[in-house]
Amino acid sequence: MKSKGIPLLAGLAAVGFAVTVFLVFTYAPLVEDPVLMFNQKIFYYHVAHAFMLFLATAVCGVCSLIYLKTRKPKWDDLALASAEVAALFGAVVLATGMIWAKAAWDIWWTWEKRLTMSLLLWLVLVGYVLVRRFAGASADRLAAGLAAFGTVGIPFIYFMVDASDHHPKAGAQGVAATLPPEMKLVFWLSVLTFLLWCCALVASRVQAARAERELREIREKGLDAGLFT
Amino acid sequence: MSVLRHAARVAGKDLRIELRSKEILYTMAFFGALIVIVYSFAFPIKPELVRAAVPGMLWVAIAFAGTIGLGRAFDRERENDTMRALLLAPIPRLSVFLGKMIGIAVLVLAVALVCAPLLALLLDAPLFADPGPLLLVLVLGAIGFANAGSVFAATLLKVRSRDVLLPVILYPILIPLFVAGTSATEAMLAVRPDPDKLWYWIGFLGIYDAVFLVLSLWVFEALVIE
Repeated sequence: MKSKGIPLLAGLAAVGFAVTVFLVFTYAPLVEDPVLMFNQKIFYYHVAHAFMLFLATAVCGVCSLIYLKTRKPKWDDLALASAEVAALFGAVVLATGMIWAKAAWDIWWTWEKRLTMSLLLWLVLVGYVLVRRFAGASADRLAAGLAAFGTVGIPFIYFMVDASDHHPKAGAQGVAATLPPEMKLVFWLSVLTFLLWCCALVASRVQAARAERELREIREKGLDAGLFT
Repeated sequence: MSVLRHAARVAGKDLRIELRSKEILYTMAFFGALIVIVYSFAFPIKPELVRAAVPGMLWVAIAFAGTIGLGRAFDRERENDTMRALLLAPIPRLSVFLGKMIGIAVLVLAVALVCAPLLALLLDAPLFADPGPLLLVLVLGAIGFANAGSVFAATLLKVRSRDVLLPVILYPILIPLFVAGTSATEAMLAVRPDPDKLWYWIGFLGIYDAVFLVLSLWVFEALVIE
């Protein structure tokens, strides 16, 4: 990604965000549900963030596996960037999910399927960020291993959450599929906005990671050449 | 098949060291027993709650004691940098991993076999009404734990904050394993045992172990080689 691309992506995301906020409150109709009503507006942000959470996690998992096999640092940069962005988006998903849960079911946290899955995925991501920060020289390998195990574990989490009946089940079914067309338009616009935003964040984080790595390499070269004492 | 023969040799070496010093086995088992006893004081155990609470207690005790044993088992290879020697040995690296994994799995299973009777004794939980499936669940759980545990403990060997990072890495990955183990034990302990549920979770554990074993074999070498 050229450095010109990041401001462009971020600018587009900003415009998209303004338009989406406007449309969410003026164009998209209110839902008929007497409990949800206005609260449903959070849906446009919550679900869009959840999509980005899963997308960024998938990118991180795939890049980590490629990095483990090829040891090319560019894959590691991309894995690191998407993991951190995924952790950020995951935090938003959990926060908005809890607000939604409070409005819809009058409880802040419930062990509902998607909430549980998002939480477990987010835990792996937070572990990843911690490892990156505190594991020293072998942080890249460890984090890549964690991402590989975490990604392979996602289907197991899915089946586990699906089958364990000591988690009470609650909530609406397949909201996105049954939306009226106006809501669908605003929703996909919101997804596009956050996709642009997500890409901008990942791209700038990749640049930062690459710069850090290059600086480190130059330092090491300098040390080898005896430039620093 | 030479991979398996060498793996058995590595596991045999680890277990022989352990049998001579008995350090990990005794400390881990005592720690596991302590956790169980702390639980019986920490939670208000009424007879009607035992069936619901004991599965969780058993698996949390396995997780905690297992993490302690795992850290210590790999510390041994760090002290004289013998892990490097093992990796340099003229045997497939997969054998090193498999051998380590089998050694850890045996230790974890030993701890589980201390905790389970203790829970049955202290809390009067009917854990051994049907010992066959329980043993199967524990074996599968120990293999799954030892598998992910060996991969990450081996990779963490040179990291300063490894004792803190090991559970930080392991537990998020192992949550499906612990939930499956707990649910299977719960199905056994229920007032009306539910064999369908029990075998669903045993199958889940089997597939989990198989998938992660393949993944570990695939990434172990890339992870431990600097």
